[in-house]
Amino acid sequence: MSGVFVSTTINGDSVEFSCAADEPLLDVLRNRLGMTGSKEGCGTGDCGACSVTVNGRLVCSCLVLGAEVGGATIETIEGMADGDVLHPLQKNFISHAALQCGICTPGFLIAAKALLDKNPDPSEEEIRFGLAGNLCRCTGYDKIVRAVQATSKEMRGA
Amino acid sequence: MVEVHLWGALRPLAGGALSVNIEAKNIRELFKKLANEYPGTEPHIKRGVAVSINGKIYRDNWDTELPENAEIYLLPRIPGG
Amino acid sequence: MPLDTSYVQKTLKQVGTRPLRPDGLDKVTGRARFGADYNAPGQLIALVLRSPHPHARIRKIDTSKAEKLAGVKAIITSADLPDLTNGDRNMRDMLENCMARKKVLYDGHAVAAVAAIDVTTARKALKLIKVDYEILPHVTDVDEALKPSAPVIHDDVFTDGVEPKPTKPSNNNKRASFGHGDVAQGFREADVVVEHSFKTEQTHQGYIEPHSCVANVSPDGTGELWVCTQGHFVYRNQCAALLGMDISRLRVTASEIGGGFGGKTHIWTEPVALALSRKANRPVKLTMSREEVFRCSGPTSSTSIDMKIGAKKDGTITAAHGVLRYHGGAFPATWAEFGAMTAFACYDLKNVKSDSIEVIVNRPKTAAYRAPSAPMAAFAVESVMDELARKIGMDPVDFRIKNAAKEGTKSSYGPVYGPIGIGATLEAAKNHPHMKAPLGKNQGRGMACGFWFNFGGQTCTDINVTPDGTVTVAVGTIDVGGSRASIGLIVAEELGIPYDHVRVVIADTSTLGHNDMTDGSRGTFSTTMACVAASRNVVKELGKRAAKMWDIPEDAVVWEDGHAKPAGSNAGNFPPLSIREIAAGAGNTGGPIAGHNEMVADGAGVSFATHICDIEVDPETGRSSVKRYTVIQDAGKAVHPTYVEGQYQGGAVQGIGWALNEEYIYGKDGRLQNAGFLDYRIPVCSDLPFIDTMILEIPNPNHPYGVRGVGETSIVPPLATVANAMSNATGVRMTHIPMSPPRVLKAIDALKKH
Repeated sequence: MSGVFVSTTINGDSVEFSCAADEPLLDVLRNRLGMTGSKEGCGTGDCGACSVTVNGRLVCSCLVLGAEVGGATIETIEGMADGDVLHPLQKNFISHAALQCGICTPGFLIAAKALLDKNPDPSEEEIRFGLAGNLCRCTGYDKIVRAVQATSKEMRGA
Repeated sequence: MVEVHLWGALRPLAGGALSVNIEAKNIRELFKKLANEYPGTEPHIKRGVAVSINGKIYRDNWDTELPENAEIYLLPRIPGG
Repeated sequence: MPLDTSYVQKTLKQVGTRPLRPDGLDKVTGRARFGADYNAPGQLIALVLRSPHPHARIRKIDTSKAEKLAGVKAIITSADLPDLTNGDRNMRDMLENCMARKKVLYDGHAVAAVAAIDVTTARKALKLIKVDYEILPHVTDVDEALKPSAPVIHDDVFTDGVEPKPTKPSNNNKRASFGHGDVAQGFREADVVVEHSFKTEQTHQGYIEPHSCVANVSPDGTGELWVCTQGHFVYRNQCAALLGMDISRLRVTASEIGGGFGGKTHIWTEPVALALSRKANRPVKLTMSREEVFRCSGPTSSTSIDMKIGAKKDGTITAAHGVLRYHGGAFPATWAEFGAMTAFACYDLKNVKSDSIEVIVNRPKTAAYRAPSAPMAAFAVESVMDELARKIGMDPVDFRIKNAAKEGTKSSYGPVYGPIGIGATLEAAKNHPHMKAPLGKNQGRGMACGFWFNFGGQTCTDINVTPDGTVTVAVGTIDVGGSRASIGLIVAEELGIPYDHVRVVIADTSTLGHNDMTDGSRGTFSTTMACVAASRNVVKELGKRAAKMWDIPEDAVVWEDGHAKPAGSNAGNFPPLSIREIAAGAGNTGGPIAGHNEMVADGAGVSFATHICDIEVDPETGRSSVKRYTVIQDAGKAVHPTYVEGQYQGGAVQGIGWALNEEYIYGKDGRLQNAGFLDYRIPVCSDLPFIDTMILEIPNPNHPYGVRGVGETSIVPPLATVANAMSNATGVRMTHIPMSPPRVLKAIDALKKH
């Protein structure tokens, strides 16, 4: 049984795993590494629930192969908080009720962080288009956008 | 004595009547007496119905009281999403 | 003593505030466990083989090659799910929907299932199963299915509700009528009559989390099920029945749920997983793919509605008649009836009639979708209402206010209304700043009303005071959107302790009595009612213990601000005892302190909403964008206002998606063409503005805190609200939902030609 051996960095930790050649990173994270924070909503890159960053770039982990991430730096939802200190986005998502069922939340947080990392002072339109790759069915996006706005303000010290 | 209005599906089972008069103090008595007089209604009642009492819609809990002269409607059990 | 559920007005300290929800931390860190986030040691992975045909007889299923494949531990077909339903048609249809028996009835209908050591092996095994089909003609359209030329899907279904009883089987399984008065006469009295036929396409609840479960059945007939569901008790009862297990031998633990909206109120894959586990004698994990969810879980009905309303020049409606054709998918069901019941519920009508026609088609078994059947009916009614208002020359809001139902109105579905909120929402809409905001080029504004029933149901809760005086609350109603916070607030309010000292958990089916599903907007309504009762039992017990500690009679103790106090100076001069102090002494005073309640929560009260929408339409492409949206709805009492707003916003956006873009597209081959999020287009962030909400609080007299059901009603008005806005923006009456760009463009071009 052939497999691929991969050595990579996830949330700052060195991680090694074996996976099938055609196995998505999402499956590696969830099934081999027990990191179930990233979710599968569609498996085809349409919903963003599996969002992670690879070398600082926002991707759908269902569209990235486990075999591709050797030597890369990966960030998932599990690494967003600093120990027990939540990232301001996480804190504001809770306080602004930017989640109802919560299944899309990890993906949104990763995407929102990627957005603010690139653009610390986005307009409402930039936020909406920046998050257009993440689907939410519960909230209608209203409180999600407000939470990101509040976070951007807070992080800029505005 | 309460006047019990039947929804469409129940009417042919009660001889076509739009409503029937039943002596009942609570939902349990209502169901029992209705099933006694019109046995065809029993399977519908068993499957579950909603009971409107003076405009408020209730489930089919037997203890729910029927005030004297209340307007009672038997309605299909309503699903939710 | 049963709880007196009447509303009592009082000063509230906690209810109405906005604390953080208890499951929030886990959900923003990825720690929360949803359906697919659990794995059992030694588990097998299951996959389902599904029919590629919309209608076919199964001649033979040959699993022999698949069974020989190394790593395959069990394969099942309907032979492994014997019919134990004993004449219960509903249960039998449920069983057949889980696994096809003699025929496949829709594209994606399950035919067999495999459990193997990994997904690769399972996939290989599926390919090795040979099914011999005899393809039959199919029909997927609700109107086509009623034609005499249509293939009849079930030969044992005869139209119910027609006299004399038909002898020929039919795709029309039921007819019913509601209403009162004489519509023919009413139309004769009208000065203006508007009549249209409408069509709405099939949509899916669109929850982001696919169905997923882990089933584990032992040889002794006990079983465990981990599953995302809106109702783990109902799932337990139904799975146990289908598998021939005693209910108490099946323990179901509900995961966090990633959305349901009615689509996770029915079992579908769970009996398959249980049957596989039983056969393989190992845990089995079964997770649906997104394609399977769209293709063959439980979407809502597509409909065809004829609507006719007549009014006098002064705006009084004289007659209203609707004929509603809805399908239940491939099995006999009742959905049109609820459309018929809700269609005219907002109005005070002397002559009204709604006829419901239930239809069977070769599509998946329809499931509830948030206020099921109501949005489509409201679309038809409110579109005609708008046009009528325009023809009479009356403001659309005023037209509705003039005809709005109120206390004492005989509803179109029968009963006379008690106090209701439609008037309040309309007045609020009329005076809302949204109505006065200026409109730009190619923009139009529309409004519409909606109604939904809401209900209560069987609810069981357990409150335990722990040795340090903090409190755990075990409930059985699934939390779909934050209700644990609201429940915590109610218990904190009742006990007089801080919200942070109350911890709410969802119990599994073995640790609590039966609870109905979270549907019908009953989650917060029912559970808070039961928790009020349970809390008061706790308070009584705490009082008893304090009395013991003070050596005074039980009735000499009162409970105030989270403390036991002597009832008066005669009772004694004791400093108040906190819940913590009483709990510390529990071992001496009688053991663990708890309060429990089982009830049928009832009297949830009907609810009404009015929505306003501004839409901009590009006349060259037909593309539209919602510029502004306002939801006005009565919540009775918003226990946690933020979560009530969230329900309003979420329901409205689902409605907007339904109105503008979402539809199931079936090919001539009877197969679903767009079974994925790319081509089944739900709203994304960039499609929408902020959704403004206005919570009206007209207390529900049947709940101690005045709470009404809130979760569903906000999906009812949007189809019509958006359609009315569209009509005002373009000058065209849209009668086909969704109003996607090609449809809008076609309509605009047709108008231009005239």
